[in-house]
Amino acid sequence: MNSLFPSIVSRSQSSGLMNFFVPIISIVLTLITGSIIFILLGFDPVYALYTFFISPISSTYGISELFVKATPLALIAIGLSYCFKNNIYNIGAEGQLTMGAIFGGGIGILFHDTNAFWLLPLMIFAGAIGGALWGLIPAILKTKFNTNEILTSLMLVYVALFILDYLVVGPWKDPFGYSFPKSRPFSESGRMPLLFDGLRVHFGLIITLFLIFVSWFIFSKTIFGFQLKVSGYSPKAARYAGFNQTTLVFFAFAICGAFAGIAGLAEVSGPIGLLYRDISPNYGFTAIIVAFLGRLHPIGIIFASLVIALTYLGAEDAQLFLQIPSAVGFIFQGLVLFYLLGAELLINYKLTYKKLL
Amino acid sequence: MNLDLILGILQIVLIATTPLVFAGIGELVTEKSGVLNLGVEGMMLVGAVSAFIILVITGSYFIAFFVSILSGIIMSGLFAFLVLFLMSNQIATGLALTIFGIGLSSMLGKQYIGTPIDGLSPWFFVIFSFLIVFLVSYFFYKTKAGLILRAVGESHNSAHALGYSVIKIRFLSILFGGSMCALAGSYISICYAPMWQEGMTAGRGWIALALVVFATWKPERVLIGAYIFGGVTILQMNLQALGLRFPGQFFSMAPYVATIIVLVLISSNKLRIKLSAPASLTIPFYKGR
Repeated sequence: MNSLFPSIVSRSQSSGLMNFFVPIISIVLTLITGSIIFILLGFDPVYALYTFFISPISSTYGISELFVKATPLALIAIGLSYCFKNNIYNIGAEGQLTMGAIFGGGIGILFHDTNAFWLLPLMIFAGAIGGALWGLIPAILKTKFNTNEILTSLMLVYVALFILDYLVVGPWKDPFGYSFPKSRPFSESGRMPLLFDGLRVHFGLIITLFLIFVSWFIFSKTIFGFQLKVSGYSPKAARYAGFNQTTLVFFAFAICGAFAGIAGLAEVSGPIGLLYRDISPNYGFTAIIVAFLGRLHPIGIIFASLVIALTYLGAEDAQLFLQIPSAVGFIFQGLVLFYLLGAELLINYKLTYKKLL
Repeated sequence: MNLDLILGILQIVLIATTPLVFAGIGELVTEKSGVLNLGVEGMMLVGAVSAFIILVITGSYFIAFFVSILSGIIMSGLFAFLVLFLMSNQIATGLALTIFGIGLSSMLGKQYIGTPIDGLSPWFFVIFSFLIVFLVSYFFYKTKAGLILRAVGESHNSAHALGYSVIKIRFLSILFGGSMCALAGSYISICYAPMWQEGMTAGRGWIALALVVFATWKPERVLIGAYIFGGVTILQMNLQALGLRFPGQFFSMAPYVATIIVLVLISSNKLRIKLSAPASLTIPFYKGR
């Protein structure tokens, strides 16, 4: 006779199969929980789930919007995986994104009446520098002053948002903007080129795919990627092997900051076209979920960014057609992360039914 | 400066700081048992919105606070289940709790934005916040149960070997933290504001987490830290009201910058952090077979 409840037994090696299945399990469980929530709110769950997850992407325009939303999420998430692989908890990507938008957008405002081929590359470069510098602050505080990077990187988000707010109502305000808190629009050559006529999906997607490919190469083919992974799994082994932890922290934060900065710049020079207060619907925080759901793997992150981007679109549609507050998107994002973290147990442990007799 | 003004400012500082004390002391107890819960902000928001909704529906302050604390227990119970029984990563699970809490509170509170309520006098809670800090301190350093809780946070394997239930003690500590965070949230929506607005805790949950580091995990110092932060916040508002020729945004970022500076000052002494932080913080407990 077997016991009623399974007991948890440690695996000698983490299960590769489960590594693949856990994100899928968590998405399925989230959908089940989601339908229960919809029933509790008094909606037909099939219709609600259809409105949430199918109808937003049932047109070409919808699919283009999915890629518009997935672009910053995937780019930030791949940047975050440099940090998370090394057990560095940078949760301030939203601030790094904002700083990237400020630096790159600042160039765009400075040259608002210039049309030249070098403008956009310069803006992208400035965005990367802005994000990287903002990311380096917690890195310096962590390595020199032993300060917890979770708290400092998060506090810097608020600081960056206030700086942006100051700029768009103060010195960078559009002189012809009827005192709205927004900057001048960038010139045509300061905008991300659109990939297809009439759709908002832009060149940022190509940049993102390129940087994901570069990251895949770094993670799997270079000594730096190996060092990141080893010091994440076992800091002691890394120290013994002589890997310089300080350098790794600096690089991880700088790369993550730069990627988030480029994502921010791609937002303001892509769909938005100028600087204003609310440039990002929490992409920097949501990308944390994307990074975990994608299991810090480049291919995984691409799929995860599409899934999470769909929760943004679904939430908008749910608000329009079902009058459900769009915050329900955050609930789905939180749920998917809960299930994922819970199901991760299956990777390193297995459930067995002990024999009682 | 006359006496009335000073007393007035002191009153405002006391009223504004109380939620930081509640959330900070709750998180301190959780961390003392060896668990880091980054979901403070989410639990505060859900606590705030549930208290507000129940107050609007029933009109009873008692039921409102009761349900709010219950919501904190449920939210932290969810977290506890994941980190204790499923041994999930505490940092990621805490973040998930915050994201979930932000979403849940905005959804529940959508139709209550702008609903007027009669605020409750904050003074009972102000006094209670001092009391709870000293009770926690007494519990930690004068009672056997407090010693056991600290032992679980320092070395769960030793505590387990001595026959104490690590999981049970951590579970209770997490629930205490959750109920205190919910209390902090309901204080904000019912006494301090009094109103409901999305994301109204405005990062106080994260400042509470910083307070625990500032306090080097000692209860009374949470009080000191909270009043420094509360003081900076109120000072910033007063200077702004005096009309100093300086953009308001730079005042608004003052509490966050101050938090970073204080963290740097406290943490740069590596030995002190190492000696004060619970040694098992964020390490999951697996009994093994």
